[in-house]
Amino acid sequence: MSSATTVRRGEARLHRHVEHVMGMPVSVALRGRHARTPAGCAAWRAVITELRDVDRVFSTYRDDSVINRLGRGELTLEQCPVEVAEVMELGRQAERRSGGAFSVHLPGPDGRLRLDASGVVKGWAVQRAARFFSSLADTDFCFSAGGDIICHTTGAAGDPWRIGIEHPHDPRSLIAVVPVRAGAVATSSTAHRGHHLLDARTGRPVQGVASVTVIGRSLDRVDIDATSAYAQGGRAASWLRTRPGRTALVVWPDASTTVIDGRLSTS
Amino acid sequence: MRRIVLWLASTITVVVLVFGYHTSTNKTLLAGVTNGTSTNGTSSARPSSPSSADSGGPAATRTYTGAVTQTRWGPVQVQVTLRGEKITKVTVLQRPSGNSKDTEINDYALPILVQDTISAQSATIDMVSGATLTSTGYVQSLQSALDEART
Repeated sequence: MSSATTVRRGEARLHRHVEHVMGMPVSVALRGRHARTPAGCAAWRAVITELRDVDRVFSTYRDDSVINRLGRGELTLEQCPVEVAEVMELGRQAERRSGGAFSVHLPGPDGRLRLDASGVVKGWAVQRAARFFSSLADTDFCFSAGGDIICHTTGAAGDPWRIGIEHPHDPRSLIAVVPVRAGAVATSSTAHRGHHLLDARTGRPVQGVASVTVIGRSLDRVDIDATSAYAQGGRAASWLRTRPGRTALVVWPDASTTVIDGRLSTS
Repeated sequence: MRRIVLWLASTITVVVLVFGYHTSTNKTLLAGVTNGTSTNGTSSARPSSPSSADSGGPAATRTYTGAVTQTRWGPVQVQVTLRGEKITKVTVLQRPSGNSKDTEINDYALPILVQDTISAQSATIDMVSGATLTSTGYVQSLQSALDEART
């Protein structure tokens, strides 16, 4: 199920892997010393293994997942793996910061509220898993899980990774490109999954904004911010301006855009 | 600049604590540090001269080299020269690399809007950030075109 290819792009040779985990494509591009060594491949396998483990714990689609059992009261938080408490705390903080627009209690398929930490888990899990790539000496990586991305470049002289931001109205084209040497990128919109993003305050699909892309230092933060900002609808840009250090692109329903520059403020 | 002064000041505090284990003249060292921290945050890292302890004499010059200490900005090693009981020089042997404001600003740039439709095969992009790409939607996505990597 996993495939790996090598391409030449400019001076650098990229080595790519892709595999499907957690219901989404997980891709990495490696560049540098360990792009094709056994250590590089081992790092990839370790990442995939860890993401599969996370899926077993947090997937709302698996009836016997820890999160579903916790949600049904079959387990207490203390009985869960310690990561669950960590993720729940992230969810609580996100709910507070977003004024309730983001929540870990969301309607399930039957319409009733259930424990659903998906908005938090992906960024958190991917940020953790990236440590396997960080441990590869002299190796740059660009790691994407379902469109949430972490990049790193060793050395100031390396080319930045060029991250294309998908056009919310057309998944085959781009609306912007952001060069990233080191950092994380996350995008929220309704494309690809229908109206899975709901405003937790109203329980209804979000309107007023087409997509929000946030760029920052760590994926768990930008992932939550992208989701929370998106849930603010027409107030997405003003909400983002209250978040220190967040750089973002907001795309409105008419495809006009607002860029927010957070790099010069301390976060 | 402020950042350099901050970690240098905190490092000197740490150095004092570290040196506290090595010398019995804690009080006099602390007095010396109060003067020492008012220096501007020069952070040139020069090779350390061997520690020397002149025995005796009120104006004896002594050099102490601290252990490498982890600060929140990274590893730091500081060498302190005392004349008598006053710190006369602080030399930074090792300082945190990177994370200056310049580096932070270089970590990423602002998104650059794309005016025309660009196809993945011709675009010079490495990865696509979009809404959660699902495995079912993947086949039609830009990301799959990149992963397939046709040059």
